[in-house]
Amino acid sequence: MSRFRKTVLAVAVLLASVPALAQSVKKTGLGRVALPEEIAAWDIDVRPDGAGLPAGMGSVKQGEEIYLERCASCHGEFGEGAGRYPVLVGGQGTLNKENPDKTIGSFWPYTSTVFDYVRRTMPFGNAQSLTADETYALTAFLLNMNDIVKDDFELSKDNFAKVKLPNVANFYPDDREKTEKAFWRKTPCMTNCKPEAPKILGRARALDVTPDDKTGPRVE
Amino acid sequence: MSETSSGRKLDRRGFLKSAALAGAGASLSSAAAVGQTAPDPLITEVQDWTRYLGDGVQARPYGQPSQFEKHVVRRDVEWLTVSRESSVNFTPIHEIDGIITPSGLAFERHHGGIAEIDPAKHRVMINGLVNKPLVFTMDDIKRMPGRVNRAYFLECAANSGMEWRGAQLNGCQFTHGMIHNVWYTGIPLKTLLDEAGVKTNGKWVMPEGADASAMTRSIPIEKAMKDCLVAFGMNGEALRPEQGYPVRLVVPGWEGNMWVKWLRRLEVGDEPWHAREETSKYTDLLADGRSRRFTWIMDAKSIVTNPSPQAPLKHKGPNVLTGIAWSGRGTITRVDVSVDGGRNWKTARLDGPAMPLSMARFYFDFDWDGRELMIQSRAMDDTGYVQPTKQELRAVRGLNSIYHNNGIQTWLVRGDGEVENVEIS
Ligand code: HEC
Repeated sequence: MSRFRKTVLAVAVLLASVPALAQSVKKTGLGRVALPEEIAAWDIDVRPDGAGLPAGMGSVKQGEEIYLERCASCHGEFGEGAGRYPVLVGGQGTLNKENPDKTIGSFWPYTSTVFDYVRRTMPFGNAQSLTADETYALTAFLLNMNDIVKDDFELSKDNFAKVKLPNVANFYPDDREKTEKAFWRKTPCMTNCKPEAPKILGRARALDVTPDDKTGPRVE
Repeated sequence: MSETSSGRKLDRRGFLKSAALAGAGASLSSAAAVGQTAPDPLITEVQDWTRYLGDGVQARPYGQPSQFEKHVVRRDVEWLTVSRESSVNFTPIHEIDGIITPSGLAFERHHGGIAEIDPAKHRVMINGLVNKPLVFTMDDIKRMPGRVNRAYFLECAANSGMEWRGAQLNGCQFTHGMIHNVWYTGIPLKTLLDEAGVKTNGKWVMPEGADASAMTRSIPIEKAMKDCLVAFGMNGEALRPEQGYPVRLVVPGWEGNMWVKWLRRLEVGDEPWHAREETSKYTDLLADGRSRRFTWIMDAKSIVTNPSPQAPLKHKGPNVLTGIAWSGRGTITRVDVSVDGGRNWKTARLDGPAMPLSMARFYFDFDWDGRELMIQSRAMDDTGYVQPTKQELRAVRGLNSIYHNNGIQTWLVRGDGEVENVEIS
């Protein structure tokens, strides 16, 4: 191979590698490094495996006291929900019935969701005001009201992942593309699609819950 | 005499004539058949707005709609939720046209009220499984290269959720108004994630809001890298406070709850978080008591917005039937319309740009002879998905699903032009 050809080849190889280089991420240099204290202040999320839990502990008994003081006005003394505030207790055995009651005890799959949600949003209107110990205690109390842990239970970072909620096995990933495959029908019927003129089965008017009326179903 | 939804009274003389001509159809005018006998004073007399000068420039430094459009507003259903801070209102989809929702009419859903944030005090953090955890100011975000503009629909997963058990609310604003479609300006989420450098075991991204609900959701990294946006603009101006000012996440085609507003943090992880809004809420309970989770995509759906219960027919003869369609799986390719409750269908005309994961507008011009109609629309997207009937949906999902109700809606148009929400066989 001539010297010339070798050079051409080398250049070609170099050129070929340029797009690959361009694809590797070019940094803008914008932003600054987040400090550990800043991350600690905002990174309060907790996962089912317990990742993200703060140090601390709290008992059912302690939780009951905090609950009565800071939560019961909206959620009711027994978690039954004052007025139309969310119900936190009960509903076991209702999920396949009319008007199912979806609570921590009957529906929620993970204990961590209770801890994470209460810690970040409750009490409603005074979010992120609870200490880690108070959040452990409240979680323990909510589990106790739902008959998941005993009266003398104390929840901590160490035993957290062991507390399982009863409905955990009843969730599965979106399977619409399989179970609703029939909806991809491509050429829908255009004429004479029903054997007879359709009949009216129900009217919104009969219920009359359009605004200005006070009763009706709950939205989630 | 009936007052029309826009508050204008039908002309009395016209009414008497049309009543005599049509016999039935008490409040309907039959415009084409009415001849004018006396000259119209609106034409023969000089009107105030013609004689006198109007407001000068800068009388209205931020323009508002005409005083005659005051009824075109978002509305809520008070009994739906216990507090207005965690509640929803509805876009008046029967009062708007085209595909873009005006910013002030885009429905609101908050879980802790509207956060009012000074952009100078807003920070966006990226942490978790990244090479370099970073903090950005709004100035940083607006200096990022690769800014884009895109129109996307945002539909709440609970849109039409009240209708699972049967017809409930008279008005498409209430049955289908948890949707809007606006132009977003922002940068790809990928740009921010690349800046921090996602580690190879980073499989999920968790956006978090700065509001009193500190909203979080789990989004797979593939979606985050594909088409999600970190948006600071809507319809050419800054986001409205109720839509997440100064910055929100855009998750095209996926349920609205994931589009975290007042975005302050993005955490990268190797597992989903199972936050409250992807466990207690936004999971689909089926008839057997088991639940689907991570049902992110909004399936193809359409609704006839006119006529509808809030927008009755006022005239016989020529009328414009119109509505909107959208699909979280792709682009709307076709909308069919039926006026006999789904026995026979005709393909409607799509007008305006049909863009992926954006709303489409359809029209079906028709002559109404005063007969009772059962109006339906049926959307199709470029994956071959055809919007199902409510019966078909209920057969698969039961009645307890709440979310993702994309079944075909029926409006009954009565002989007097009034329209009702009905369920039919
Ligand atoms: C001022 C009324 C109020 C107070 C006080 C309050 N909450 Fe709440 N709580 C709410 C509202 C409203 C919601 C629903 C918020 C939403 O859906 O966006 C809620 C939701 C919850 C939920 C989730 C329910 C579900 O099924 O998804 C839990 C758990 C909860 N609160 C626990 C607590 C605890 C623990 C306290 C005390 C520290 C507390 N709350 C204090 C109003 C209140």
